[in-house]
Amino acid sequence: MFQPTHFTAVLLFSLFVSTVFGITQRETPMRMLRYGIYCFLLFVGSVIVVSWLMYLIAR
Amino acid sequence: MAATDNKNAAGSGIVYLPLIAGWLVPGAGHFLLGKWIRGALLAISIIGMFALGIAMKGKIYSSGHNVLDMLGLVGELGNGLLYLASRLLSWGADSVQITVADWGTRFIVVSGLLNVIAAVDAHNLRTGRKQ
Repeated sequence: MFQPTHFTAVLLFSLFVSTVFGITQRETPMRMLRYGIYCFLLFVGSVIVVSWLMYLIAR
Repeated sequence: MAATDNKNAAGSGIVYLPLIAGWLVPGAGHFLLGKWIRGALLAISIIGMFALGIAMKGKIYSSGHNVLDMLGLVGELGNGLLYLASRLLSWGADSVQITVADWGTRFIVVSGLLNVIAAVDAHNLRTGRKQ
């Protein structure tokens, strides 16, 4: 059984979803790549920000 | 002119082939249209996500007893033949026992939804709505 850490699961989820979003939502290869990276950074960045918020609220 | 071509293409039955093939097998719709790299990346992403969900002992929905189960079932049906194989070969789990299995369930459901997006993208390529 595959048991990733929470953050590893976030990275894998973000990678796969960003790849599909990039290919399906843009038309040229360069714009696909840029949009995929943009989505990946937004996914991971928002997880880190929300995690810190939850940490601070819990204190 | 392009709009007329699109209407003519939509009128024939074969226009839905990439949509159906893409739903049944991730990436197949793009392969049919000769978009090999896009198809391969989509197939790797969707099948990889589905496989990781199975490896995490994600739940395979078989019936919708409540609204959430029904939504999960609809999402997983988006995987096409992968969902059928998982039912026939008893992959995944019947119920979620640990936290990782809950993440696995989300991976399987989201891979189904992504596959629907990819199949619709193949259809748009076929009709000329997208280049």
